[in-house]
Amino acid sequence: MAIVFNSNIPIYLQVKEDIEMTIITGLKKSGEKLDSVRDLALYYGVNPNTIQRALSELERSGLIFTQRAVGKYVTLDEELVKELKKRVSIEKVKEFISRMMELGNNQEEIIRLINQEMGEL
Amino acid sequence: MSDNLIQIDNLSKSYGRSKVALSNVNLTLSSGKIIGLLGPNGSGKTTLIKVLNGLLKDYIGKLSIDGNPVGAYTKSIISYLPDESYFADWMKVNDAIGIFKDLYTDFDQVEALKILQRLNISPELKIKKMSKGMKERFQLALVMSRKAKIYILDEPIGGVDPAAREVILDIILNHYSEDSLVLISTHLISDIEKIFEEVIFLKNGAVEFHRNAEELREETGKSMDELFREVFRC
Repeated sequence: MAIVFNSNIPIYLQVKEDIEMTIITGLKKSGEKLDSVRDLALYYGVNPNTIQRALSELERSGLIFTQRAVGKYVTLDEELVKELKKRVSIEKVKEFISRMMELGNNQEEIIRLINQEMGEL
Repeated sequence: MSDNLIQIDNLSKSYGRSKVALSNVNLTLSSGKIIGLLGPNGSGKTTLIKVLNGLLKDYIGKLSIDGNPVGAYTKSIISYLPDESYFADWMKVNDAIGIFKDLYTDFDQVEALKILQRLNISPELKIKKMSKGMKERFQLALVMSRKAKIYILDEPIGGVDPAAREVILDIILNHYSEDSLVLISTHLISDIEKIFEEVIFLKNGAVEFHRNAEELREETGKSMDELFREVFRC
């Protein structure tokens, strides 16, 4: 199984995010062809219409495009991928900060901990 | 012919004088969808399925399947997995395949053999020698090897083995035709809910609701499994 879904959240959103990740990380490169709806449905173990919906959303954001009668491809616009990477990164950092603040850390402490742990990497 | 493959109007069915199994059921089920028929034991799932397959009569209401009343035609377009085993123990896998070939013109033997090979089920194997789970997967393989307009699967995941569940989901997703309707009854929802486009909740023989699964998740922030527990809390 590709990913473990949280069934409380629409599945198509989770599929969409997972495909975005494959594009951001370069697993799927600019101009590369995506698998067919059927294959993606099997890969994720979900309804083909769920895949269809995730792909429509990705297409609306410009991240993928359809070549008629051929298939769907990752955008050629690498700026768009960079923007997406930035947006997702900011989201993740915000999530991280709010967790750290819940734990009672202030800004200084958070930065100190990051530096400490990054230094150890 | 319309997209509404199954149209059920005011369907009621009782056993004997007092036991109401289905009570005024109205449903419109269209092609190209995988639909979950969800309800606890005794909610009427199997009764509804048997009515659709022409195995139970004496019901009140109107039933239309691909524009036809239940009969020889509708039986020919429905591939049905009953909730019990229906092959004799003495048979071999090959014998069962022969029966399917004789009974159903839309049966694709090559496809069936391919699935069975993937499942490591030999054509020479005796049905008697199969475990419960293996028998389940075997029957599903045959049922999904028909090129049917409608697949009705009554509790396809009875067994407990999680790896086997994935295999079962895979067989269903891999082999149904895109314009067909797949109706799956189950009470084990969490294992299978991600393949449903729509869900029907059946409670005491009546339809509690029939909705798009993703819309329900969006509205309630809950999984079908959680909603099920809420609706059917004792």
